Amino acid sequence: MRNVNRRTKTLLLIGMICVILLGIAASGLVMNPESYAPDYAAKKLPPSAAHWFGTDYLGRDMFCRTIKGLSTSILLGTLAAGVSAVIALVFGILSATVGGVIDKMISYLVDLFMGIPHLVLLMLISFALGKGLKGVIIGIALTHWPNLTRVIRAEVLQIKNMQYVKAAERFGRTKVQIACEHIIPHVIPQFIVGLILLFPHAILHEAGVTFLGFGLGVDTPAIGIILSEALKHISTGMWWLVFFPGMLLVMVVMLFDKLGDDIKLLIDPMSAQE
Amino acid sequence: MMNMMKYIAGTLFRMLLLLVGVSLVSFILVVSSPIDPVEAYVGSESNISQEQKDVIAEYWGLNDPPVQRYLTWIRNLLHGDMGTSIAFKKPVVQVLEERFITSAALMLTAWVISGVLGFMLGVVAGTFSDSLADRVLKTFCFVMSSTPAFWIGLLLLVVFAVHLGWFPVGFSVPVGKAASEVTIWERIHHLVLPALTLSITGVSNIALHTRQKMMDVMKSEYVLFARARGESRWQIVKRHGLRNIAIPAITLQFASFSELFGGSVLAEQVFSYPGLGNAATIAGLKGDVPMLLGVAMFSVVFVFVGNFIANLLYGLLNPEIREGGRV
Amino acid sequence: MEHKEPILDIKNLSVSFRMYEKGLEQKDLKVISNLNIHVDEGEILAIVGSSGSGKSLLASTVLGILPKNASVTGDMRYYGQPMTIELQQRLRGREIALVPQSVEYLDPLMKTGKQVVGVRGTKEKQRLAFKRYGLQREVEELYPFQLSGGMARRVLVSTAVIGDAKLIVADEPTPGMSKAMAEEAMSNFRTLADEGKGIILITHDIDLAFEYADRIAIFYAGTTVETALAEDFGRGPEALRHPYSKALWEALPQNGFKPIPGTQPYAGSIPGGCLFAPRCLYKTEECLGEIPMRTLRGGEVCCIHAD
Repeated sequence: MRNVNRRTKTLLLIGMICVILLGIAASGLVMNPESYAPDYAAKKLPPSAAHWFGTDYLGRDMFCRTIKGLSTSILLGTLAAGVSAVIALVFGILSATVGGVIDKMISYLVDLFMGIPHLVLLMLISFALGKGLKGVIIGIALTHWPNLTRVIRAEVLQIKNMQYVKAAERFGRTKVQIACEHIIPHVIPQFIVGLILLFPHAILHEAGVTFLGFGLGVDTPAIGIILSEALKHISTGMWWLVFFPGMLLVMVVMLFDKLGDDIKLLIDPMSAQE
Repeated sequence: MMNMMKYIAGTLFRMLLLLVGVSLVSFILVVSSPIDPVEAYVGSESNISQEQKDVIAEYWGLNDPPVQRYLTWIRNLLHGDMGTSIAFKKPVVQVLEERFITSAALMLTAWVISGVLGFMLGVVAGTFSDSLADRVLKTFCFVMSSTPAFWIGLLLLVVFAVHLGWFPVGFSVPVGKAASEVTIWERIHHLVLPALTLSITGVSNIALHTRQKMMDVMKSEYVLFARARGESRWQIVKRHGLRNIAIPAITLQFASFSELFGGSVLAEQVFSYPGLGNAATIAGLKGDVPMLLGVAMFSVVFVFVGNFIANLLYGLLNPEIREGGRV
Repeated sequence: MEHKEPILDIKNLSVSFRMYEKGLEQKDLKVISNLNIHVDEGEILAIVGSSGSGKSLLASTVLGILPKNASVTGDMRYYGQPMTIELQQRLRGREIALVPQSVEYLDPLMKTGKQVVGVRGTKEKQRLAFKRYGLQREVEELYPFQLSGGMARRVLVSTAVIGDAKLIVADEPTPGMSKAMAEEAMSNFRTLADEGKGIILITHDIDLAFEYADRIAIFYAGTTVETALAEDFGRGPEALRHPYSKALWEALPQNGFKPIPGTQPYAGSIPGGCLFAPRCLYKTEECLGEIPMRTLRGGEVCCIHAD
């Protein structure tokens, strides 16, 4: 009986995580901007029943700002993970199946992107695009593919050398046919896990870059901006401005991590053999 | 020996090739920015005439075709001239030098602490995988890998600087004190929190990696044989474990310069610590093109040096590469 | 005939693993079931079976070095003493030695000499062992990857003679070797047996076993179906006892290469009763019940129809 439980439990957990994350993303989208507007009558309040996460020096409700910020983070993460994962898929498969010069070029690009500290690269891209929100979005979306490209390339190479794929080659299947029939179906699970595990990186980088002051205006509720404002007023002792938004950010990132790991466990149980 | 030389030459060549690529990418990115460096230099409110701006643009070579500008920049770079920083009003090279010394203290401290601590924790967790200690460490690393460095810094500030008042809120030396009067203790006092921030975030990577390698070693055929020959768990860790995980751990620690630099950018922002990372942020925000390019190139060289040392050590420590094929 | 206590006596040994399958279903995988063997001083007992029949795990079981997710039942005795975990700990590397399959079992980053000494040997004993197998002094300073195939083989055997082993378990010591090398390896084991040691030789090479072993245990789907004298294999299928042994004999190249129909059951889908029943010509209703190992014509067999 324990056996069935573990599988069901994992599925249930995956479902729950999805509901929480989608819930945060959706509530941020439909949130009335009034709910985190300045309210000078309620400045610098510690957490209470009315304001769960307290209010800041302008009387803005920190809970609503945090949720709104996380929603932005998740949506941005979705875009970044989607774009980067597709780039990784295309590059990885091209690199492994075509080989030769293409493989060398893609490997060089991967090394190039990994040679620059990620934050510095994000700063450069943000600067290239005029330091606006656009720069942050494009920067995050375009820089998260190198690792996954390597993973997919290795995976495809491994499949390519399997007996049955070689057999298919001898039976005269074309490269495209083999790719569609044998390689892509096997890479999809890796791809999905890789895609989900891109979220944490994307979200953390977004938070980091906006914390440094790139991209978004000071009034936009992004976690990075909320925390950089908290830093400006850190000496006033309003600990809740630091604690809660960061805490929730960490939790969202951990949920994505857990989601990826659980899906990996379902697809590839060898990782749970002990 | 021939082997080793070939290995070093190969690695060096690949890195040089990458360096060229990085300089090109950075340059293209910076040049294609809609932000006008002259505007950024003179400031938007100043009443400098268009003619004067044109003179500056001409002086900086902004009107030349991009290829020529790139070549000029590279030529100057090779002569050790990176131009003058707009934000710092000093030669970029000088700013890099000053800032790097400040950053080096921070990064080196954090690098050593996280490396040693992470390695030890990883060995324990990997040896006793699935024990309570292992689970605690795994959870800690899991949480840490999801936590942005700057938030840890903020929490440390709130607790130790604001509430307890044990450490200063920022900067690398007491504000308003002449550099010559600052004591080493004051420097250390200012270094503790930023270094702690950077160490905490660095630990999980090396610890998890070491743990995994240790688990792989414990599952290996040679450990099975060692057990068959009567070696105890402790003897196996001492004789085979440390021997086999030291190379990957040292390699990883040197290859982590990229994360170290990224972390220091954030940590320095939190603690207003006047290091390189802080200079990078200021350059990026103020549109200081020479400085931004300078920091970017410097950071890339920094990462490359780390990777190169990692590759070199890997070759030196691994007998298969060091001594070559069969006898 | 004097009857001495066997070095190792194993009765009804079963080993199973706890595994996770696709979709996280947990199940117990039985890899060895109701196995019976014994080894006396001065003899080579060959355990012969096709690959994937779980025979290599037997070595780990005897030495007590199975992975954590394994569980063992049955009776195992060393010179009459029950084999406890503590006893195994004391014996391995001293009185029981393992000769592993390949150089993969040596630490890739430790020099050969230091490795052969191990934690229970001395430099002198290692030099003596190297001398015995014609290994030069320089070999001590080599890393495993620098050893040639023949050198590696001799280094691995030296690990077994460095202590005063009474029982040596050799796990597939010959695959990938030339005929001459395999013969050298086997005659080394023969010499060790003639010195009074007991040797368990786990192999899939019947010819080699027949040539050098005293007795041969036939291993099928995680159990021994028959233990025969080595000569029985020379005398042909009539001298053998179990239907599987007979079929195996007929499948040998020199005896007509006749394939055995059907396939060996996988661990995890082990049928009840006789494990060979699904492929057996003599199968009857009773074969599905419990079948004990019994003595027959100087050997042992696990079949109710054998006579």
